[in-house]
Amino acid sequence: MNKNLILYAAILFFGITAPFIFPAFKVQLSILCILIVLALTWNIQGGEMGYNTFGNILFYGLGMYLCASVQVGMFFPLAEWTESGGEKTFVHTPAQFFQGMAVGLVVAAVIPTIVAGLIGYAILGLRGHYFAICTLGLGVAAGEISGGIEIIGAGQGFTTPPFPDVGGLESRGEFFYFLSFGVLVLTFIAVRAIYSTRFKLILNAIRDNEDKAEAMGIQTMKYKIIGWMISAFFCGLAGGIMGGLVGYIDSTDVAFDGREMGVFMVLMAILGGKGTLWGPVIGATVFHIFKEGFWTFFLGWQYVALGVLIVVIVIYFPEGIMGWLREKFPERFGETIDEKDRKAQVELK
Amino acid sequence: MDFMVFQYPMISVQACLDGILLGILFALIAYGMALQWGVMNIINIAQGDLVILGGYIAYFMYLYGIHPAWGVIVAPIIMYFVGVGLYKLVINKVVDRDLFISILATFGISILFMQLMNFAFGADVVLANSGYGTTFLFDSAVVLPNSKIFSAFISILFAICLVIYMKKSKLGRAIRATAQNARAAKILGVDTEKVYAATFGINAALCGVAGALISITFTIHPYMGLPYTIRSFMIVIVAGLGNLPGVALSGMGLGVFEEFADYILGTEFRIGAVFLLLVLILVYRRFKLSRKREYLK
Repeated sequence: MNKNLILYAAILFFGITAPFIFPAFKVQLSILCILIVLALTWNIQGGEMGYNTFGNILFYGLGMYLCASVQVGMFFPLAEWTESGGEKTFVHTPAQFFQGMAVGLVVAAVIPTIVAGLIGYAILGLRGHYFAICTLGLGVAAGEISGGIEIIGAGQGFTTPPFPDVGGLESRGEFFYFLSFGVLVLTFIAVRAIYSTRFKLILNAIRDNEDKAEAMGIQTMKYKIIGWMISAFFCGLAGGIMGGLVGYIDSTDVAFDGREMGVFMVLMAILGGKGTLWGPVIGATVFHIFKEGFWTFFLGWQYVALGVLIVVIVIYFPEGIMGWLREKFPERFGETIDEKDRKAQVELK
Repeated sequence: MDFMVFQYPMISVQACLDGILLGILFALIAYGMALQWGVMNIINIAQGDLVILGGYIAYFMYLYGIHPAWGVIVAPIIMYFVGVGLYKLVINKVVDRDLFISILATFGISILFMQLMNFAFGADVVLANSGYGTTFLFDSAVVLPNSKIFSAFISILFAICLVIYMKKSKLGRAIRATAQNARAAKILGVDTEKVYAATFGINAALCGVAGALISITFTIHPYMGLPYTIRSFMIVIVAGLGNLPGVALSGMGLGVFEEFADYILGTEFRIGAVFLLLVLILVYRRFKLSRKREYLK
């Protein structure tokens, strides 16, 4: 426990000082925080509950649109804003910007949670691949439909309010970094707290055998919906921040981007190791570093690389980094192995 | 919203005929998906991208001055080898595993194909002009391009050939045996590995035919693959595996639904409507089954 405390303190310290140590990478670090949040929340479904979803992108995109719309709509007419296409006819004062952002983030967290509850009631009764394809369909449908709605910019996109002129040049990056880092810390604490309760055991029971879990008297539907609502809450928050960070929302390329973000969150969690607390964090970090390197040096070939990466990870590395570590150093994970067994295993190899 | 459809009955007739001709094409793709799902127990998200690839083969023949209708013969031959190659490289490693693994792996293949096609053929929306002209029905109130009729005819022809092949040939029998029980088939001397490769190849060839027909009748674009996958998945879950008349009927139903959605909601919501319909069908079946405390398997 003591060792863990030092580890957490070190990470927290690094997290707070990171934007000052690497001032050039503030945006990248903020995106990393968002990616970790998405991977952590995907892991609640895919890893712990065994419901592999492509649909968490729905809450992410919904949060993004809601946060931006509230931020604009609180002070200016939304339709005129989107029609002007981001030309600065309306300017937020600093107070308006932060007020709007705060309210927007609350809305961006709450409404996706409610939506998750409603949709979850309808589709969480599906299992396995039916659930996966259904959520894939939901994500794409949301993208297509939001691309046809005029008031949020339709096909031409939605420009989020520009950051007001406060503080120095660096203030925008720092604001968004600390916002996303704060959400990351919040998510991590929440997920860690969940994983130490009975709730996690119920989720694992659903993953291992849902029929038996039901036979044991667990109301599986209730817990599945709650699990999805928790995910949606943090996905919505992450989306709201990401919208402000990117500064521009497009229905299929930024918000409901099933081809990028929707796959990334699955891939990161699998790369790090499904069903572990630290797996998604490690997976997201490794993936983000790899991705940024590749996206910069092999521009244009990134989707080819992404496709190959998905196939390779899924086929050859389905247990992820944590799974590999667990096999390598079982003692670190609290598993004890008899000396005899170990010898027998070595001989077998 | 536009309710012209209800005021002018001829538009409804037009939409129905268009939808049925389109749906026959969908049914062909769905038949391929049902085949591989039933035999190999994998769901191929790259199905639509194979279709688009087949379309580009026909389009290239058109560019080089060959009539694109010959693509119906050339595309399946090329696509068969693409399918077998894909099987040897990737699919054989996911056949016996969890369905989600196959979904994710083929999703990766789909992204890969999309981008490679984008590099190779450019991001323009293209079509191969067959020059078949149009047919006018009911005092030219209903306009049907002959290419659509041609494509429906060819689809039916291929489907019938395939059904006969499955019934009569040795490989067809082996495929059906593997679908029933892979282990028993193996014991009785069927080389299941070869059967799987052939199944995936046949599926890709069907996609090639459908793609060539789509490039003649509609348009193709590197990123348009996913809707075809979703449509064929939807047709298969409505009809059930191995129910060929059901596949044909639900394919036509989907085609008609799409044409009406196009008229009533507007073209920009067409793909969205297809995806929403999938969700609605799944939810409907889930609630229907949950009354009996069962779930979709």
